[in-house]
Amino acid sequence: MPKAILYDSTLCIGCRACEGACAERWGLPYNDKIAAEETLSAHKLTTIVTHGDHFCRRLCMNCLQPACASVCPVGALQKTALGPVIYEASKCIGCRYCVEACPFQVPTYEWSSRLPRMRKCDMCYARQSAGKLTACAEICPVHATISGDRDELIAEARSRLAATPGQYYQKIYGLSVVGGTSVLFLSAVPFEQIGLRTNLPNEPMPMLTWRVLELLPDVVSTGSILLGGIWWITNRRAEVAREEGPPGRQKGPRTRKEGSAE
Amino acid sequence: MTAKLPKITVWRAIFAAILLSGAYATYLRIFHGLGGSTNLSDKFPWGLWIGFDVMGGVGLASGGFTLVAMVHIFNVKQYRPVLRPAILTAFLGYLLVTLGLLYDVGRPDRMWHPLVMWNPHSVMFEVAWCVTLYTTVLFLEFVPMVFERFGLHKPMEWIHRISVPLMILGVLLSTLHQSSLGTLFLIVPEKEYPLWYTPILPVLFFISAIGVGLAMTIFESWHSSRAFGRALEVPLLASIARVLAVTMSVYLWIRFLDLAQRGELHLLLRNRTETWLFALEIALALVPTALLYQSRIRRNPAALYACSVMMVFSFIANRLNVAITGMEVGSGTHYIPKWSEVSVTLMLVAFGFAIFRVIGQYFPVFEAHSLESAAQDGVEREVDPLAVG
Repeated sequence: MPKAILYDSTLCIGCRACEGACAERWGLPYNDKIAAEETLSAHKLTTIVTHGDHFCRRLCMNCLQPACASVCPVGALQKTALGPVIYEASKCIGCRYCVEACPFQVPTYEWSSRLPRMRKCDMCYARQSAGKLTACAEICPVHATISGDRDELIAEARSRLAATPGQYYQKIYGLSVVGGTSVLFLSAVPFEQIGLRTNLPNEPMPMLTWRVLELLPDVVSTGSILLGGIWWITNRRAEVAREEGPPGRQKGPRTRKEGSAE
Repeated sequence: MTAKLPKITVWRAIFAAILLSGAYATYLRIFHGLGGSTNLSDKFPWGLWIGFDVMGGVGLASGGFTLVAMVHIFNVKQYRPVLRPAILTAFLGYLLVTLGLLYDVGRPDRMWHPLVMWNPHSVMFEVAWCVTLYTTVLFLEFVPMVFERFGLHKPMEWIHRISVPLMILGVLLSTLHQSSLGTLFLIVPEKEYPLWYTPILPVLFFISAIGVGLAMTIFESWHSSRAFGRALEVPLLASIARVLAVTMSVYLWIRFLDLAQRGELHLLLRNRTETWLFALEIALALVPTALLYQSRIRRNPAALYACSVMMVFSFIANRLNVAITGMEVGSGTHYIPKWSEVSVTLMLVAFGFAIFRVIGQYFPVFEAHSLESAAQDGVEREVDPLAVG
């Protein structure tokens, strides 16, 4: 059963405990200055963003069909059966196509490093593999972030929407956007008001390029026949022209073996 | 002492200045990373080096496959005199693109990874393979010029034996990756501005690559004729200009149809940076296309040259618009290249001009023409008509 995270913005008190736990899990520095940066970066893989009276978390959505994993030319990014999208830094060539392609602008890059890596949340793959909760879910004092099986979290989200309808905008973010994500959001206000992108298709992003890429064998095979055929036709025409010679001229001597006899 | 120093000309001074600033930018790139040498950020991870050095460079080098297809596959033999310069441009172009990638990629020491670590779902993986294979093909198409220079007949024959499949392979690989550079951007529908985002981006990239390949052929013929004091083959270039005009007419018409069918024509009425840069790109293609329909223009070397320059700039504007202009609003940021990004780019272009000139001087790049006319006089030609290049 794939794992997921449910973040309920209506419960979040903006204490940023998740940020600290995440920094600790990655061995990254964390202090007041970094806490005040409300953006993802190579040294901050999750952040709380303040939107007026509301909070929202940003972290890797660990999409069900991730654009980053599909675009990576070396397969450094992989969607695991457990749910997390993991990154193998030793494969990465640093093309940054994952950063360019991610619809949520999540992957970040170590721009100032001489041997840079991409950085992003991997939904605590190692911890979850060992049956533990994600670091952010474990530390959250108000259970605004919980982690568990995706199906169970969806059921939990639905029951919250039904139990106190007045408290919630009646939708779950992440259910179907870009084919579904492993991080689900509940909010008191429409999602765009807490900075979640609502202009994304429900179709998985990798399909957009795969539709073209899957034509490749057809293009190559048809193209070979077509170009080879055109060469054969035009070259035969040239051969005939050479044998017959230009109009009003004698046929030239043939010292070289011509192509196939016809 | 001073007698041995090369004469200082304006162009040589500019060349030296470009090399110096390029060398300093290279130092910054190596010791201070992408952060110290570019204005790229997490929100804007691809800039001038991808937009111009890679996407522009690959396109500007497309004359190689376009002319190989025309001369050797479609058998339009009268274009033969411009074939070798086009192959040389393409070969140099791809080498410079590879060099540019060494700057842009975060871990250039791992550039070979896509060849052994596969992800067939990635457009970038496909482009990496195509560019590697096609650069090899271009090397094999170029190397006869070296063999001929040193009178190596045996290897010339070996290459000749595989020349037809080799040329077909080259055209196929080019078709694939020229269009795939457009496919790269299909995955960012929410970021790319709708004047440029279209599902037919691969088709548009392919057609415009053919167009700019032809324009570059005219461009480089004009420059070589000046550099090497050769006569300009005006009737030949005029004929290429016709093909160019038709190609670009088809291209511009498809772009209009595409905008109309997606219902985005109204965007042209908005007073935005995107609109103006789009207009610039289209105008730079539309004006020379219209002009080239007149034989007076096609037969005037200066006008022909001006048209090819406009086409080349229109093409560059298009690739920069797709890679940079169109991505700004959707990414929620602004990007202006750092001076060092511009320096490296200028240095690569300067390398291109300089190496082309040196090879043109010492290798038989422009001699196919005289051989061709000798053959037309009824003398058995030395170079087989199917020999590559």
